[in-house]
Amino acid sequence: MASTASPVIHLRDLRKTYLVSERESGARAALKSLLHRRTQEVPAVAGISFDVAPGEVVGFLGPNGAGKTTTLKMLSGLLHPSEGDVAVLGHTPWKREKSFLRKITLVMGQRNQLVWDIPAADSFELNRAIYRIPNDVYRQSLDDLTDLLDLGPLLRKPVRNLSLGERMKCEIAAALLHRPQVVFLDEPTIGLDVSMQRRIRSFITDYNRRYGATVLLTSHYMADVEALCKRVLVIHHGKLLFDGELARLVQRFTRHKTIVVQLQDCSSDLRAYGDVIECEDGRVTLRVPRAETARVTERLLADLPLIDLSVEDPPIEEIIEQVFAQEVL
Amino acid sequence: MKGLGAIYLQQFRTTLASQLQYRAMLFIWLIGQVLEPLVYLVVWSAVSRSTGGSVGDFSSGEFAAYFIVMMLINHSTFTWIMWEQEYRIRQGTFSFALLKPVHPIHSDIADNISYKLITFPAMLLVALALSLAFRPQIHFAPWAFIAFFPALGLAFLMRFLLEWTISLTAFWTTRVSAINQIYYVLLLFFSGQVAPLSLLPGPIRTLASALPFRWMVSFPIELLLGRLTPSQALVGLGAQVAWLAACFILLKMMWRAGVRVYSAVGA
Repeated sequence: MASTASPVIHLRDLRKTYLVSERESGARAALKSLLHRRTQEVPAVAGISFDVAPGEVVGFLGPNGAGKTTTLKMLSGLLHPSEGDVAVLGHTPWKREKSFLRKITLVMGQRNQLVWDIPAADSFELNRAIYRIPNDVYRQSLDDLTDLLDLGPLLRKPVRNLSLGERMKCEIAAALLHRPQVVFLDEPTIGLDVSMQRRIRSFITDYNRRYGATVLLTSHYMADVEALCKRVLVIHHGKLLFDGELARLVQRFTRHKTIVVQLQDCSSDLRAYGDVIECEDGRVTLRVPRAETARVTERLLADLPLIDLSVEDPPIEEIIEQVFAQEVL
Repeated sequence: MKGLGAIYLQQFRTTLASQLQYRAMLFIWLIGQVLEPLVYLVVWSAVSRSTGGSVGDFSSGEFAAYFIVMMLINHSTFTWIMWEQEYRIRQGTFSFALLKPVHPIHSDIADNISYKLITFPAMLLVALALSLAFRPQIHFAPWAFIAFFPALGLAFLMRFLLEWTISLTAFWTTRVSAINQIYYVLLLFFSGQVAPLSLLPGPIRTLASALPFRWMVSFPIELLLGRLTPSQALVGLGAQVAWLAACFILLKMMWRAGVRVYSAVGA
């Protein structure tokens, strides 16, 4: 996406290839591999390019093993790219300069950094020392985070006594105390119940607004992306399939719309109007080509005694599934 | 430096809070720390009694002094980093340490010292009780007593850097426990934990002085017990400084190479 401000995150033809040793099963193969180890190159990220402007919230979508986490790790400095250019806030991430590390954060939904046996507040203090956060900034950050994430009663309990959702809130707070300008979130809502997911989402929006931070997040939950990100990157087999607004993704990949009409019963034959997907208690779901939608709707309204009619895009999950199945743009 | 001081202080608070959560565990660990030297002490006292009161240049009272001091020094200098690091690297929590704007060794040193400060009073009580039971004999020399403290500090740092370096092998192999095993057998024997080094045959003594282990445990004991001349003490301190420098360089090299491997493969 074009932007006038200089990008916070800049990637050009970024690649990461893992060397994976392989052998067949069985004792003979095990012996053979002792003498001669066979390795295979597995491309995890196969040349992706994009820029992210300051303050943008961008969603990274893709199935398991698509290369999302590998990309986030290269951006945060945990992984050394095999090829290509990468810059975050003008730094080369894998050099992990202290001035760079103080400006970013990485939250991994499946891993914990808080000390298990003591209250989160004590781990926060440790981060304050490590990041050298001045007292007044620390106080303010902690107050803000406590307020936004509703941490009050949680801070004094040992982390091991917190529920998964409570722990995740504390993990996120610990990762943001130093007010990073760039926030990488890897599956921040994984395993959380719906209301906790919503809570984390609204927090991310608030944080982005309040501090103008740039956020790049991966998630399996489409609801996260729909709620948070105007712009999405779709990645599959290490390649970028789509980069743009969520709405455009829907337009681009949906050749059909769904029309749902409510009739008295299922006795009428609607096959002349489109593909009948189902009919239940007189509620008929029709699939029609996108371009035909208006015309079909008009005909339905004229021809039939309808109680109700609605036109919908297919669920975004379905669209994404289609994108991965087609792997074409 | 001020920043590092704050980290050490905060790590001390964190370790204190964590350790006090598991008082029973702490106690069991301490028993382990006491039992090993106690076994050697009992064995060597029995041996020296059966051979007319002494073995080599050690009387039974000197054996008692040796193993009681050894218990305290071993406790002061030991680390658990070789197990901890492997766990961190396998579990991927090491990634968090790598993303912090401070070298992870600092929290580990602070954590270790904090644990020692918490547990040392208990060890001192045990040492006192053992002294009443075994009647140790010490040849006290004021200069040696003064020289003992830098020797202990250097021994701690040397052992910490060496074991931290070895723990980095977890970057390359999943069979870290085999490496740890080899290391501990060498340490046990060549650091004078099983028997005082002066009782070993000449060539082995020479080998022990050429290896780093003597300088991590045995040397501060020998010094405190008044078994060294001033010039021997100076040579020992020099050996410690040299080994410390070598460990530091090795650590830097291993760290750079290890992180490169980690960031090539990911975890």
